[in-house]
Amino acid sequence: MIYLQLFWEFLKIGLFAVGGGMATLPFLQDLAESTGWYSQSLITDMIAISESTPGPIGINMATYVGCNVAGFFGGVVATMGEILPSIVIVVLISKSLDRFRGSKLVDSAFYGLRPAVTGLIAAAGISVVQVSMFHMDLYQQTGALLDLFDFKKLIFFVLAFAAIKKFKLHPIVYIACAAVIGIVLAF
Amino acid sequence: MLRDLLILYTLFFRMGAVTFGGGYAMLPILRREIIQNHQWMDEETIMDYYALSQGLPGIIAINVSVFIGYRRRGIPGGVAAALGMVSPCIIIISIIAFFLSSFQDNPYVQHALAGISVCVAALILDAVISMWKKGVKDAFGIVVCLVMLCLSVFTDLSPILLVIACALLGIGAKKITGSVRKEGEGK
Repeated sequence: MIYLQLFWEFLKIGLFAVGGGMATLPFLQDLAESTGWYSQSLITDMIAISESTPGPIGINMATYVGCNVAGFFGGVVATMGEILPSIVIVVLISKSLDRFRGSKLVDSAFYGLRPAVTGLIAAAGISVVQVSMFHMDLYQQTGALLDLFDFKKLIFFVLAFAAIKKFKLHPIVYIACAAVIGIVLAF
Repeated sequence: MLRDLLILYTLFFRMGAVTFGGGYAMLPILRREIIQNHQWMDEETIMDYYALSQGLPGIIAINVSVFIGYRRRGIPGGVAAALGMVSPCIIIISIIAFFLSSFQDNPYVQHALAGISVCVAALILDAVISMWKKGVKDAFGIVVCLVMLCLSVFTDLSPILLVIACALLGIGAKKITGSVRKEGEGK
């Protein structure tokens, strides 16, 4: 029952990913490793597509992964799983809004959660870097350190990051440019 | 009742269909529709919902929609708002996932995706840096962030476990520093 499994896995993500869309990324990578449902390279496609289409990034990523695992209904089931905890939690909180708002306990939990989520997303970023800019398999074959790096892509990475920092445009602009550059330079 | 649910669904459907990025990106539309056109609630309430939603598990945009929907029409309202928000995502992403899997072997698509994956890595780096600036404020934060980064890269520990551990760690750390401060005041 792939649909039930998908629903359960995304329910857990919806329950434990704190801090919005990008915070689901470490969970999605963990899911790829533990189930083998999809590859690491699908994850970079997933982020790119989710950032360049309308709607919340976290929802787009859930739908995309679900679709790739089990077709259209897989996407529906994964998305429903991810939003169910939100609905339950928000309804419960709405009933005792004032008690939650000033809670010291919630504040101090976030004192630990914020840096933790930053570290987890950074780790997810490292594996995206690994998949997109390094030739791990070629290096293991030849053992030559120079084979490990894809210099063309590394230079492009530095330039892309500089552009993101300098211009602060919407991600879709950079993703579109990167697609064109990828085709022109035959990455 | 049914008419109200339909209004909620279509309102959030439109929001999901036209805002890129979710979260704060949908605030201008939310403000115009909920506060000005429908006059369902005031600006302060919506800002409260935003603040609370960031402190809850799940996707921020979904949490905000459920808060607003629930406030308007109880549990059915919350569900209608959340479903409205995710419906366009499911439609758009399913279509893209379908086309992408049919064109995956096309060399141009492959080059474009390779270029995009480098850009995605740069976008994640940018996100991590801004999260670091916002969420990592002291030595405790730096240690938690780096330890989580290493644990996530080098071990198979589930992110669920790490997130729970760090929430508890934050609560523990605040308890200790809180009691230290009280002792100091006593003297």
